[in-house]
This record gives sequence, C-alpha cells and structure tokens, in this order.
Amino acid sequence: MTGHSEPGPGDRGAGGLDDGDAVIVDARETRCPMPVIMAAKAAQDLPDGARLVVLATDPAAAADLPAWCRLRGHTLLDLHLGDEVRADIRLGT
Amino acid sequence: MTAAVDAGWADPRRLYREGRQAAALLNQARETIAADLGVRPSELSFHLGGGPAALTAALEGLAWPRRRAGSRLVASAVEHSNVLLAGRYAVAQSGDPLRFAEIGVDRAGRVDLDAFAAALTDPTTAVAALQHANGEVGTMQPVDAAYRACAERGIPLLVDGQASVGRVRAPASYAALVADAATVAGPPLGLLVVPERTAFRRPGPPREAEFGRADAPVWVPLALAAAEAWQQAAAVRDDDAGSARALTDRLRAAAAAIPDVEVAGDDGERLPHIVTCSALYVDGETLVGELDRRDIAVASGSACTASTLEPSHVLAAMGLLTHGNIRITVPWRATAPDRDSGVDRLITALPLVIGEVRARLGAGGL
Repeated sequence: MTGHSEPGPGDRGAGGLDDGDAVIVDARETRCPMPVIMAAKAAQDLPDGARLVVLATDPAAAADLPAWCRLRGHTLLDLHLGDEVRADIRLGT
Repeated sequence: MTAAVDAGWADPRRLYREGRQAAALLNQARETIAADLGVRPSELSFHLGGGPAALTAALEGLAWPRRRAGSRLVASAVEHSNVLLAGRYAVAQSGDPLRFAEIGVDRAGRVDLDAFAAALTDPTTAVAALQHANGEVGTMQPVDAAYRACAERGIPLLVDGQASVGRVRAPASYAALVADAATVAGPPLGLLVVPERTAFRRPGPPREAEFGRADAPVWVPLALAAAEAWQQAAAVRDDDAGSARALTDRLRAAAAAIPDVEVAGDDGERLPHIVTCSALYVDGETLVGELDRRDIAVASGSACTASTLEPSHVLAAMGLLTHGNIRITVPWRATAPDRDSGVDRLITALPLVIGEVRARLGAGGL
C-alpha cells in the first residue's frame, strides 16, 4: 500500500470515516464529467486497496461516482450527500 | 393544423352555424381517439397544458374521493416530475414522510413490484401511480400486476402513458390513464381517460370544462389536429413499431460495442422507438452539440445540457451514469421518411464523437 496522504479540505468532512491515508481528490466547483475524470486520473497511479476520497459540488457526482465504481469494479465505502458530495472509495473490491 | 383552424375556429358552446360545426367536429375528434383507446367518448377529456396537466388533474381527481382513507401517494422513483414533486411537496408541507412512498427501480428501470405492493398496505394510501413506460429509457412497467395489487385494496392506479400510448397500444388495466397527442406527432394536448367505474372528483368548486376534469375548455382546432395525427398513427402503428424496433435494436448494439458506453433500460420489455445510453468520461452537452453539427438531433438527460440543471432523476434512480448521456427518439416514418439513414449516420458518428470528446478531456486511456 503506497497511497500517499495529502492534507485536504475534506479531512474533517461529514462522511464520518477517518481519511487517514486516503488520497483526496478535490473536484469541487467542476462540472460533470470532471469529478469522475479526476477520480479516474488519481486512481491510475494507485494500487488496488488504496482509498480515494472525492469531493464535488456538482450534484451529478452523487450518481456518477457510484456508477463509475460499479463500472470499474471499485468499492464505494461511503457516500455523503449535501451541499457537497463526498465519496469514499476503496480501489478494487 | 391550418385546415383544423379553418374548420374549428368557432366557440363550440355557441349556437350559430360555425359554433355548431365546431361542436360537431370536437365530438368527432373525441370519438376518434376514444375508439382507438377502447373507451367511451365521455370517458376521455382533453387538457390544454399537455400530458403533464392531465397527470396533475388525474392525481387530484383520484385522490379527493379517497380523502377519508388518507392522502398517501405510492409511485415509482422514475415517474414524471409532476407526480414526484406533488408527493415530495405533500411530505414537506405536512412533515409526514408517510404521505409519499417513492418506490425504487432496478438497473433496467423496472419498479420493485414487491416494495410497491407492500407500500399499498398502509391504510392511508389514497392513490398509486405508475408509468406504462418510461419516456427516457423506454422500459415498460408491470402495469397489470401493479393494477391487481391496487385493486385488491381498492386503491386507484393512475397509469401514465405519456411516452407510450399512441405509439404502442394502450394498456387495459387502470383507474385513470394519461396520454399526450404529441406522442403521435400531434400537437401537445393532454388526454385523460377516466372510466365510468372510477370515482373521480377534483377538489374545489365544480369545473365546467371537459366533464369537470379540465381547467379550461379545449381549443377545438387543437383537438382536431390531435385526432388527425392519432388516426394516422393508429393506421400504421404496428408496422411502424416493428421497423422502429429493428432500428433501436441496431442502435443499442452499436452503442454497447463502444468501450465504456452503457445502454440503459430493459432489452426486451421496452418501447420500440427510444434508446438511451451514457458514455463514461464524456459530457452530454458536447456530445449533443457534436452530433447536432452532423445534423443528428438527440436529447440528453445529463445535467450539463441546456435543457436541465439537475441530472436525470431516472438515470440516477437506475444507478446509471448521468453524464455523457444521449437519448435517441426514432421518429415516425411518416414524418421522417429518411429515419433509416439518420440511424446509419448516428451509428457511424457515435464512436468517433465519443472518442474525440474523451481525447479532448484527457480521458482517452482512463
């Protein structure tokens, strides 16, 4: 597990899970499909089992991040909806 | 339409000759559409404001006679927004979440029938609503089974046939049925069927128009144009549906062959003329624009398209990608004789356009 930790605005987000060694993808203020593209780019360099936390303000991300996980075989650990969408993802199953 | 205006411009309530002529033409128009729907003319009302206006009238008119039982609404999560917003508004106003049961759908968009039936057991349920078919993804709903579950409990089922009726045959089981003449390439005119056996009364003072069901009398030329379009459609319906289905079969196969493109909706139990698909890493706005540049007109359920600010609630409820979405409606052959070649051009263009957009967004190899 080589996932690098980055301080991010979601570290104390509302999702409830500890962001610990998760990679934060800040896709806020971008419009669909950018949150998913940014998540996919971050995932490219990470091994299975790494954790990704994606933050977005586009409401479409609430549907699109789970659908991307399903298409790519990643595991959606938690999805927080509100003014901000926060998806907690484990790469692979 | 011009001929309809010439013939039916007069007020059908007036007794001068043109008025009487307009009244006779309106009766004829009603009889024509009612006959195709297999109902009595007095069971069919016309609604300005199209299918959505008829839908709202139907919800109100079915719920009011049931008010002693309660006012709970049961509906699928992929219904027309007029149904969903009415239910959510009632919940927000009353603070009572049981006022509306929004029943989930599977990946194909088909309602969870067990959950639907279970939601009906709440004795305060006034009305249930289910689409005959979804206009965005084409999936047909198990209307007959839902009707039986409702009938067991004396709950009226409103069937929304806006996307289907006219294009395919009307369903047989409903307490009220809504359709729209726009579906047969006619003008937007709402159609509401309320069989005589159904208890129906809209709240508020009695209305005069359209057997008390509509807010305003229909404009006769609109009804004439609707009936004319309906008659033409009915004459070619089964043939047209057969060849449209062959086209959508090809479109579905071609879209599914493009990497990371998901075709939405049920493969078998679906409308013959609608295909919806979503392309990963693509924005719907660019996709629609690029196809438009090639003279191919498609719609989109993506949030980033000009027609909407929110992503499609239908795609979201199905768990599908809402971005990169396009919806193809195969027109009637009578109004678009070149529809086969249009489909050919789309099948050629789609993989190229999707590849271009992905490359532009730096998402080529993701």
